[in-house]
Amino acid sequence: MIIQAENPVVEVHNLSVTYHNKPVLWEADFSIPAGNLVGILGPNGAGKTTLIKAIMNLVDPSSGYVKLFDRPLDEVRPRVSYVPQKESVDWDFPTNVLDVVLMGRFGKRGFFRSWTRKDKEIALACLEKVGMQDFQKRQISQLSGGQQQRVFLARSLAQEADLYFMDEPFAGIDAATEDSILKLLLEMRSMGKTLLIVHHDLQSAFEYFDWFVFLNTRLVASGPKAEVFNREILQETYGSKLTLLHTISNLLTKEGLPMRDETDLE
Amino acid sequence: MSAFWIILTGSLVAASCGLLGCFLILRRMAMIGDAISHAVLPGIVIAYIFTHSLDSLPMILGATSVGLLATFLIELVHQKGKVQADAAIGLIFTFLFSCGVILISSWTKHIDLDADCVLHGEIAMVPFELWITESGLNLGPIAVWKLSILFLIVVGLIYVGYRPLRLTTFDPQYAAAIGVSTGFWHYLLMGAVSMTTVLSFESVGAILVVAFLVAPPAIAYLLTERLDHMLLISLLAGLISAVGGYALAAALEGAIAGAMTAVLGIEFIFAYCYYVYLRK
Repeated sequence: MIIQAENPVVEVHNLSVTYHNKPVLWEADFSIPAGNLVGILGPNGAGKTTLIKAIMNLVDPSSGYVKLFDRPLDEVRPRVSYVPQKESVDWDFPTNVLDVVLMGRFGKRGFFRSWTRKDKEIALACLEKVGMQDFQKRQISQLSGGQQQRVFLARSLAQEADLYFMDEPFAGIDAATEDSILKLLLEMRSMGKTLLIVHHDLQSAFEYFDWFVFLNTRLVASGPKAEVFNREILQETYGSKLTLLHTISNLLTKEGLPMRDETDLE
Repeated sequence: MSAFWIILTGSLVAASCGLLGCFLILRRMAMIGDAISHAVLPGIVIAYIFTHSLDSLPMILGATSVGLLATFLIELVHQKGKVQADAAIGLIFTFLFSCGVILISSWTKHIDLDADCVLHGEIAMVPFELWITESGLNLGPIAVWKLSILFLIVVGLIYVGYRPLRLTTFDPQYAAAIGVSTGFWHYLLMGAVSMTTVLSFESVGAILVVAFLVAPPAIAYLLTERLDHMLLISLLAGLISAVGGYALAAALEGAIAGAMTAVLGIEFIFAYCYYVYLRK
């Protein structure tokens, strides 16, 4: 089931990506309305990361095209921000937290002008939003996984974009941090920003997101939570991972109850 | 006086190589210097075949373009051919080097050009190749002039390109996502490495070039966690090895290039001990 959005901020048309002649993403065609927190879900190897890389033009699609704000990416780059998986960089790189966050200002400032007071203020404010203000001078090699993740988020916030693509921003962080990041994302949504988030955990996804994109190499479904978060679509997306589906269908029948109540899960 | 020229030559090579080497080791491409220094051989030979002279400029142009070609082929084989990066380096540089060897052996039989004279410069010979103007004015060794210009180019590149080089080295995906051409900076860096390698091993020999590309940055990497400091420390480590290496060679009456490399090794041991026992 693919529900197209009216006045979409993200339009993906027949997007396919192949690696070594094997399709990893097959003819994805969907659109996303503005001001939503969107979860991109699917099993491992479903092409979730590939999808956002293809949208950001980091991998070459074998067919299809993408429009953001009704324009090609190159015309709207300052309005678009990307948070790669934290594993994609070398955290032993000799630099500190503030320098990484300031990288988020290159899009606005360019490489060849020095930082203004405003750039630094924005960078510090973004660090504060992710609760990392006390770490600004810390070497990035000394950060925990969750702190690395938050530094990447802060860098992305420093871009002051309108549309965010985040690859697994909740991976490897503790529950308290997850809550504070979620709060931040909700705040951004209420400011009219659109966030597309690759996520791996179905249970929390149900709570967090209001629009879903379900992938399993091909696009299984895209639409608002009420329309697409159901048993058939989950089954189609995840195939035979029954134990998981059992838990989820329990959750669904008890919709309205607190989702993380451990006793319900047992 | 010749001691001064030799130390100055060593320092200039160490400085240019050390600065570029910092970015190479952070990109996990340390051995690309070794690869390029061999891969450029066909470029040098082709430049010679076309110009019939051993002048530097055509050689540098030939070598730099083949150096870039080598980097491009390595990327291509690695990205599209599903070959590991280090295997791709080994594959491409031996191939290009052998092309150079074939060209030399079949086209330039009667000329004094062989793999040795291209690859094995001797730093002790630097003070004897002087630039003397027509009026008889002695301007000092030619190598020092060439290497000074090279050093200025490298410093200029890193001064201007510090931020984009740092960003594309640390997080190329993010750089690409904000619209930075990672390819441009990659090939600019590799062009500088090719040029540096060629000019340097013509004066000091291939082994010393590889040592200067890898050892000072590796030493600096152990001593600091800031990229700007890493660049400065790697300059300093190179300078110490140029001075110390000359002194060591003089004391032992041994090979200068070997002594400079040995001093780098000793510096590395000290840096390693500092890192393991004091910093952690």
